[in-house]
Amino acid sequence: MTLEKLTMAQALNRALRDALADDPSVLVFGEDVGALGGVFRITDGLTAEFGTDRCFDTPLAESGIMGLAVGLAMNGMRPVVEMQFDAFAYPAFEQIVSHVAKFRNRTRGRVGLPIVIRVPYAGGIGGVEHHCDSSESYYAHTPGLHVLAPANAADAYGLLREAIASPDPVVFLEPKKLYWSKENVDLTRSVPGIGTAAVVREGTDATLIAYGPSVPTALEAAEVAAGEGRSLQVVDVRSIVPFDDATVCAAVRGTGRAVVVAEAAGFASVASEIAARVTERCFHYMAAPVRRVTGFDIPYPPPKFEHFHLPSVDRILDAVDDLQWEDA
Amino acid sequence: MTSDPDSLLPSDEPIRLIDHQGRPTGRAGTDLPDQDALLKAYGALVTARRLNDQANALVRQGRLAVYPSSHGQEACQIAAAHVLGDGDWLFPTYRDTAAAVARGVDPVEVLVLLKGDWHSGYDPYQARVAPQATPLATQLLHAVGVAHAARLRGEPTVVMALCGDGATSEGDFHEALNFAGVFRAPVVFFVQNNQYAISVPLARQTAAPSIAHKAVGYGMPGERVDGNDVAALLTVLGEAVARARSGEGPQLVEAHTYRVQPHTNADDASRYRGEDEVAAWIERDPITRLETYLRGEGLLTDERAAACAADAEEVAAHVRDGLNQDLVPRPDDLFDFVYAARTPQLDEQAARLADEIAREGEK
Repeated sequence: MTLEKLTMAQALNRALRDALADDPSVLVFGEDVGALGGVFRITDGLTAEFGTDRCFDTPLAESGIMGLAVGLAMNGMRPVVEMQFDAFAYPAFEQIVSHVAKFRNRTRGRVGLPIVIRVPYAGGIGGVEHHCDSSESYYAHTPGLHVLAPANAADAYGLLREAIASPDPVVFLEPKKLYWSKENVDLTRSVPGIGTAAVVREGTDATLIAYGPSVPTALEAAEVAAGEGRSLQVVDVRSIVPFDDATVCAAVRGTGRAVVVAEAAGFASVASEIAARVTERCFHYMAAPVRRVTGFDIPYPPPKFEHFHLPSVDRILDAVDDLQWEDA
Repeated sequence: MTSDPDSLLPSDEPIRLIDHQGRPTGRAGTDLPDQDALLKAYGALVTARRLNDQANALVRQGRLAVYPSSHGQEACQIAAAHVLGDGDWLFPTYRDTAAAVARGVDPVEVLVLLKGDWHSGYDPYQARVAPQATPLATQLLHAVGVAHAARLRGEPTVVMALCGDGATSEGDFHEALNFAGVFRAPVVFFVQNNQYAISVPLARQTAAPSIAHKAVGYGMPGERVDGNDVAALLTVLGEAVARARSGEGPQLVEAHTYRVQPHTNADDASRYRGEDEVAAWIERDPITRLETYLRGEGLLTDERAAACAADAEEVAAHVRDGLNQDLVPRPDDLFDFVYAARTPQLDEQAARLADEIAREGEK
């Protein structure tokens, strides 16, 4: 075991470096990922170490980046592209939905595209407009894509390595506000893979289900609740697609109560999908309907307003209080 | 970036080596392709025309859902395929069935898309032909990616990327040419300017002097060519491929041609263009032109022409036989090609459908 103190940004950088070193078909490209090392420095030092053939800047055009990745993947490469910010990925949407996601299906399995689309995503960093979107529902709703959202440095490393090795395209959502959180990580230890959720805090009274930037908030809520005598379990979804019904439902059956926490607007969201799946599969075990704590159904607000919008510890605990304890 | 933009500009007139009457133009500095190449092109043209006719007939018989015909554009179709080597790639659109067939793909497999048996029916790696693109211009970026991958590995691959005049208005057209220019990717962007994007004429797509002129904005040469003159097309596209292979980067080639038939069988072309215009273009038919030339030069005998017609009939018969086979859809196909391995959710859904079908069978 080799414990290191790493931020999520450093763990991601290490994952890219190790993948580039292990497999000559891995290519890293996007906007400002070369000399600058990316606006979040996730690609820091990669061009210097591996050269401009392996890690390179492209013209400033997201559809172009994604379409280039499709062709490279068709012809034997493993592209790992960076969309600079969540909302700046939208020009690439047609390429992602119509080509990246469908190529294997269109060709009856003959052409799979091992592409990783890294997206610094979600809010909580005081970003101005178009820099804080939680865009996971668009991708999760598109068959053919895997969608991952790590919530800690160890998962960021392990899941990104697995995403790069995957034969299928992966949308890899990196919670911006967690980039700089430091933790002790053992990169030599393998983490549960794509399609696996994890119980990150045991509890007996209710289950909080969260992913990406909402996991630390859910853990904090559970800590506060423990002080108030209530035992909350926390499940980190990790892999939005494929979704780990087994782990999530086993957890909810154990406690009989569930709250889903996510930053994205709640209407037609991943949180809604999780609430529906849990209800369909766990109804007879449940003492109360599933509650959702999500962002409001509004465009992401300006920095001075974001604390109203984002799921908070108090809002999560209020939702837990609403889970019909009086009937128990 | 090139220092001499003038060197990137197209010729004043589209390059033509055989005129409308089937006579050599004697264009200075440009030789006609050799006799074997022209005879091979003639046979392929006859087959392409027969394929278009056969596919139209199959639509009328309800065997194909729809067919976007390349009638009138066959010279472009054949030249695009014939200038490529085995290791090269072709990126066709929905109108480029004849080009894919000329490259060696089984026409029955190409028509799977329009028959409704699957989205794409052939293995792209077999003849190095990408799936036919239905969205416009998106495939041009894929072409750049395939070319760039080959270049990174030091392979001599050239990619021929096809699109129409309408597609040049799309953002992905711009992004593909821009990326190719910056990366010096070995791609030949071949625009078949057939004058219409469904109903909208070229004048409503661009105010540029020509589509070929757009190349200068991306730092690559642009050339324009008579799209009904297969000799000129073979020469111009062949030079572009050779140039790309030698590491000199991408090129844009615009062919002036005409979509003689409606956009598809579902289109009514009389709503947006006159019969006189169509008749004038039928006069410039690419096959008649080459045949007149070849016969005038004594290169095409009656026997050879009859053999070409017989070959084309054989292809048409193969297409009829293939298209008359009815597919029994296998429900598991719906779930098997979404990911490399099915997700637990897809397993559940496949089981539910199988159960539904089993219960349906018991009734």
